[in-house]
Amino acid sequence: MGWLSKSLSSSIGKKFIMAVTGLSLILFLTVHLINNLFLYAGKDGFNTLVGSLDAVKPLVRVAEVILLLFFLFHIYNGIKLWWENKKANPEKYAINASKENSTFYSRTMPYTGAIVLVFLVTHLSTLWVQFNFEMGGTHEYYDVIETLFSDISLVVIYVVTMLVLGFHLNHGFQSAFQTFGWHHKKYTPLVEKIGTLISLIYAVGFSSIPIYFYIQAMGGN
Amino acid sequence: MSDQNINLNLNIWRQESSEAKGKFEVFNVSVSPHASILELLDELNNNLEKEGKTPIAFESDCREGICGTCGLVVNGHPHGNIKHTATCQLHMRNFKDGETIYIEPFKAKAFPVIMDLIVDRSGLDTIQQAGGYASFNTGSAPDANAIPISKDTASLALDAAECIGCGACVAACKNSSAMLFVSAKVSQFALLPQGQPERYERVQNMVIAHDESGFGSCTNTYACEAECPKGISISNIARMNRDYFVSNMKLQDV
Amino acid sequence: MIRLDSKVPEGHISEKWTNHRFNMKLVNPANKRKFDVIVIGTGLAGAGAAATLGELGYNVKAFTYNDSPRRAHSIAAQGGINAAKNYQNDGDSVYRLFYDTVKGGDFRSREANVHRLAEVSNNIIDQCVAQGVPFAREYGGTLANRSFGGAQVSRTFYARGETGQQLLLGAYSSLNRQIKLGTVKTYNRHEMLDVVLVDGKAKGVVVRNLLTGEIESHAAQAVVLATGGYSNVFFLSTSAMLCNATAAWRAHKRGAAFANPCYTQIHPTAIPQHGEGQSKLVLMSESLRNDGRIWVPDAPGDHRAPSDIQESERDYYLERRYPSFGNLAPRDISSRSAKYACDDNKGIGGGRAVYLDFADAISRIGEDAVREKYGNLFEMYENITGENPYNVPMRIYPAPHYTMGGLWVDYNLMSNIPGLFVAGEANFSDHGANRLGASALMQGLADGYFVIPYTVGNYFGGDKPEKVDVNGSEFKEAEKKVKDNTDKLLSINGKQTVDDIHKKLGNMLIDKVGMSRDEAGLKQVIQDIKDLREEFWSDVKVVGKGDELNLTLERAGRVADFLELGELMAVDSLDRDESCGAHFREEHQTEDGEAVRNDEDYAYVAAWEYEEAGKWNLHKEDLKFEYVELATRSYK
Ligand SMILES: Cc1cc2nc3c(=O)[nH]c(=O)nc-3n(C[C@H](O)[C@H](O)[C@H](O)COP(=O)(O)OP(=O)(O)OC[C@H]3O[C@@H](n4cnc5c(N)ncnc54)[C@H](O)[C@@H]3O)c2cc1C
Ligand code: HEM
Ligand code: HEM
Ligand code: SF4
Ligand code: F3S
Ligand code: FES
Repeated sequence: MGWLSKSLSSSIGKKFIMAVTGLSLILFLTVHLINNLFLYAGKDGFNTLVGSLDAVKPLVRVAEVILLLFFLFHIYNGIKLWWENKKANPEKYAINASKENSTFYSRTMPYTGAIVLVFLVTHLSTLWVQFNFEMGGTHEYYDVIETLFSDISLVVIYVVTMLVLGFHLNHGFQSAFQTFGWHHKKYTPLVEKIGTLISLIYAVGFSSIPIYFYIQAMGGN
Repeated sequence: MSDQNINLNLNIWRQESSEAKGKFEVFNVSVSPHASILELLDELNNNLEKEGKTPIAFESDCREGICGTCGLVVNGHPHGNIKHTATCQLHMRNFKDGETIYIEPFKAKAFPVIMDLIVDRSGLDTIQQAGGYASFNTGSAPDANAIPISKDTASLALDAAECIGCGACVAACKNSSAMLFVSAKVSQFALLPQGQPERYERVQNMVIAHDESGFGSCTNTYACEAECPKGISISNIARMNRDYFVSNMKLQDV
Repeated sequence: MIRLDSKVPEGHISEKWTNHRFNMKLVNPANKRKFDVIVIGTGLAGAGAAATLGELGYNVKAFTYNDSPRRAHSIAAQGGINAAKNYQNDGDSVYRLFYDTVKGGDFRSREANVHRLAEVSNNIIDQCVAQGVPFAREYGGTLANRSFGGAQVSRTFYARGETGQQLLLGAYSSLNRQIKLGTVKTYNRHEMLDVVLVDGKAKGVVVRNLLTGEIESHAAQAVVLATGGYSNVFFLSTSAMLCNATAAWRAHKRGAAFANPCYTQIHPTAIPQHGEGQSKLVLMSESLRNDGRIWVPDAPGDHRAPSDIQESERDYYLERRYPSFGNLAPRDISSRSAKYACDDNKGIGGGRAVYLDFADAISRIGEDAVREKYGNLFEMYENITGENPYNVPMRIYPAPHYTMGGLWVDYNLMSNIPGLFVAGEANFSDHGANRLGASALMQGLADGYFVIPYTVGNYFGGDKPEKVDVNGSEFKEAEKKVKDNTDKLLSINGKQTVDDIHKKLGNMLIDKVGMSRDEAGLKQVIQDIKDLREEFWSDVKVVGKGDELNLTLERAGRVADFLELGELMAVDSLDRDESCGAHFREEHQTEDGEAVRNDEDYAYVAAWEYEEAGKWNLHKEDLKFEYVELATRSYK
């Protein structure tokens, strides 16, 4: 299998990993978003849904490990690319004209990615740890979220990050297609539009939840 | 078209050698709007020489946008801000009277500065040597019309083959990646029947040579296409990626 | 004293090359690796030769002053390359291409060489297609052709307006393959400054590493010069900035005869000079003359805008004087007429330019049709001049474009110095007094791929490869000479820059040894050039040092050689007391201004032997025309 690791560590190989993992993460996010939108179904709906997962916990764990691997590969490669590319281009021009030849989204991929990473760490260390290990046998998941999003600072962090994630995906989605070699005069513009649409859906869809809960909490007071 | 000279404030990168530290030197000049930016430098140099000063080192040859020798970064744009033109075709009428212009060499680790505005682009040759050819010996070719090639295919191949090897794509890329350049050659051969026998070895070897020559990885920023004087399309990069995957799956000893 | 032996093989013209190849001595394959060949230049001729010699197993070193072999001047050729394929079934043949080329050269070329060129032309196209050169195609997938430069058959292969680029990149790719295989080693940014002769044979070169200034010697059993033409002697020409005659000239000073230096082609349709700061001239395709009408104001000194000049106040001078060919009159007539118009102060805006007007074409076939045909040329024109040729007539003026003269070579493309071969534009071989469009690319590749590799092998023949010692006294002497020359240039420290003097030379030459020449002018200019040369060696200022990258120093050395070559061009023009091809002597013309050739006295190749600066001995190689009948052209 020496050839595989060799091929994957070439410049195109690394791109390939980014694209495979990136698209898979998009798939995860789709499921995750649908999952989370059940919050709008109210307390019971959501709690039942999350609770039902207990039955298939081993499967969930397997899925989570795979997900973790994808994240790790994506992040590791992302950082590696960023670092190596920085070394390949150590000096900047006196006048930065990059905004005239490339999009903001494409230039900021490593940074938007990094912000998402920071978010992810806090996100997991709060929600995921709580959901999985600190529920003390109850199924009051909804309440956990309700409490969480009554904190304005967290809401802001979530909303901002979702926006940043949108940026990341706005470039990332079509970029993955280019990486796989799917570039076509007729279809590429469509792929770009779909990418933007997905980014918007995620940014708006995810953001709506903390905002909704915060407004609820305000109203409740 | 006005024939009035325009006055410019030039900030030109001076660097004695690859080891020396460079800095901008300022020149105030007046120039005909019909002159090209290289002619502006010619004139400036002629005056410097008269004063016994070292002229600004820059390269050019054809001055018609085809040899790929010239290549300056003008106000942050490799080959300047006008689309699909090389530096030698950049005319001063595109600048405003009183404008300040920054002129720098291409910057990339794989393109070390030799002197002032001259950089070493031999990495591009190294990549070509790794596989940018069809292997056959002189005299052994079949009749030129033996294999028909559709007009569209020939035209697409030529679109790619038009690359002038200037390296502006590298200079524009935030990662200093030469993938547009590599993909142009890979595509030309991938499209033509003559390129088929070595199609997959070629892409392997050229990509490896690219990576080993100190260029960065492509992350699909597309600045290269925007700055390329020949408008080489990033669809070539996509084609190369495809061939690269296939080559990894297919070749027995990769 | 040199002896010219053209070594043209016996037999019928169509069998000479075949027979000759059969009779060639072959090199033992086991020995090939032990033969070193130096190739100077990586244009079509040089890259082709180096790659092919490498394929054959020789040990090749290729040199170029460019930073990459791919950047040679050949890259800029636009129009196309001829071959006698007869794919259009319009009656073309090897013989017709041969015939057209001899006639086009106004009967001043060597028949046998031209016939060989026509023969191998077909192999070139096969070779290039196999290399992956994306020539233009028909819808059915076969190769497309166009007619070019007044030819009556469509035999020109092309790749948009970038034929030279595609052909050179093809040759470069073959070269790259050999580099990878280890048979060819390239030395980029190395300029050859002398040929080294050992026992009268070329055995090596002295080069300057342009990055470090180091002077190095390289030895070999044969040296191939493929160093291009010398149009840049005029300062302003369509050649690339770096093109120069130094390699050929230094070989000339070592004893190689220089043939027909007065044959320089001036192309009628280039974009005029914009001012003093102009660095080179850009060619506009000749095809524009198919639909554009050339005119100047009738009254001298009329500086009004073109739209203000009425039809009756215009002089369509080509249509007037050559009613049947009109604007399509041959290159030299068209160029010369533009010069005369400007000499009469009828040039546009008082300068040196004439109009090429598309107004009639636009009203006849419509702007869209004109755009369809010439769109990219119009764009290029607008990019350079800032004027829109759909609204304002184009301005054009002739520009030096190609040099038919060059180092004298025999049928084997070997100069009179044994072991010194010359290929491509650098030799005088195939175009006589005038080159036809799309035939320089053909010649470069013919020489490189299909002639040199054979004839170099024949030269080695049965010999045992003997190693040449780069530390021999001949090499040391040549190195010292090169160093002394450099030191001299750097020490003068005068007041004029290299470019200042080069421009002066260019002005003298274009004026007196350009589109038309006459005895008085030539005598005058010979003296003027001698004086300018002295001025150069006493008053030039070359800044910087010799042991580093120094572009001024590089140019100084080249201009020093141009100052000698320029004089020889005038000397040769003066000697050739006839008008032929691109060489037009005012004294020899018909009443209508047609050139008058003198086959009785001048059907020879003028091969000049160098004695010292400003002093040459003339040797004549008589030309015999056995297969093409001597005839006078007429374009009335
Ligand atoms: C604008 C333009 C358009 C043209 N269009 C056509 C056309 O359509 N069809 C056609 O047939 N012809 C055309 N020509 C002519 C044709 O391009 C040239 O004649 C031909 O390419 C010459 O090729 P070459 O290999 O002999 O020399 P070049 O391509 O000039 O190469 C010379 C090589 O020698 C090297 N060299 C020179 N001196 C030294 C030295 N001292 N040391 C080291 N290296 C040295 C250079 O680096 C270069 O690599 C055109 C010419 C011009 C200017
Ligand atoms: C967790 C932290 C993350 C980091 C550090 C990160 C980093 C990166 C980097 C550096 C790139 C390559 C940038 C480039 O090509 O210019 C990239 C590409 C991409 N990322 Fe992320 N990312 C992260 C999260 C995500 C997430 C959560 C998703 C999707 C849900 C995602 C989807 C993508 C996609 C689709 C690409 C494009 C792949 C390609 O160019 O072929 N990323 N990411
Ligand atoms: C407002 C938006 C979001 C909400 C309300 C939310 C909610 C949750 C909840 C409740 C869990 C725990 C689920 C469980 O273990 O069963 C979880 C897990 C997780 N979330 Fe989020 N999330 C949001 C946005 C995101 C985003 C944008 C990402 C990715 C970039 C993300 C990545 C993850 C991951 C990786 C897990 C752990 C894996 C899993 O258990 O499924 N989340 N999230
Ligand atoms: S791809 Fe474009 S920018 Fe890059 S080397 Fe080729 S011509 Fe220059
Ligand atoms: S700009 Fe660079 S990142 Fe890729 S698409 Fe072009 S090489
Ligand atoms: S000098 Fe040749 S491309 Fe600019």
